[in-house]
Amino acid sequence: MRLHPAILIGLGGAIGTTVRYLLSLAVPGVAGIFAINLSGALILGWLLTALKMRGPDEGRRSTVRLFVGTGVLGGYTTYSTFAFGTVGLLGDGEPALGIAYGVATVVLGTGCAALGILLGRRFPMGVDPE
Amino acid sequence: MTLLLALAVGIAGGVGAALRYLVDNAVPPRIRARYPWGIAIVNLSGSFVLGAVTAAAPGVWLTIIGVGLLGGYTTFSTAAVDAARLIMERRFTAGVAGTFATLVGCVALAGVGYAIFA
Repeated sequence: MRLHPAILIGLGGAIGTTVRYLLSLAVPGVAGIFAINLSGALILGWLLTALKMRGPDEGRRSTVRLFVGTGVLGGYTTYSTFAFGTVGLLGDGEPALGIAYGVATVVLGTGCAALGILLGRRFPMGVDPE
Repeated sequence: MTLLLALAVGIAGGVGAALRYLVDNAVPPRIRARYPWGIAIVNLSGSFVLGAVTAAAPGVWLTIIGVGLLGGYTTFSTAAVDAARLIMERRFTAGVAGTFATLVGCVALAGVGYAIFA
């Protein structure tokens, strides 16, 4: 059965969003969103690279990329809550903290994604690269 | 937290994620190949709307729309992986400038959206 990509992504997005909601209740505020975004960037970097190492983006690999990558991890991480969290810190008279949160998220997030990409090249899910 | 609210947030997040795919795909591949404009547009528009909704919508709706719909619509992971790929391809201007322009743009739009409706 072939599901339309938007349906596949919607199902994954519902799972990722629910996980983010529950985690953000457990760790409220910017610290929880910070950890969510960095871990999501790391896992997505690994996943997309590992899938690419295994073969062309078709069939089951394409389904996994759309469902887990675009859906679950896309819904798990968020930019809007991050951006508004930064606004909150800037508006609360904590400009240095706001700038630090914003810059640290994008710099470390990009670093986590790069680390994930490197891990994906080395450990592409049980496939012998030889 | 009630189970019903968590369910509503999840469903809204699914709708948001599907919407993100549709908006991203509406950007012609020729343009997306040069820079991931689709995700930038998604994150900029979603940040603006979250600012507005935070100012305008009461509690439970803010959770469903803000955490669910807009949280699922916008994404950090794809933006970070795109930035890392650009930098690893030595496309530093697109990778670094694009990342910081998106950050400043999203924060500014979230603030403006809030200020308009506050």
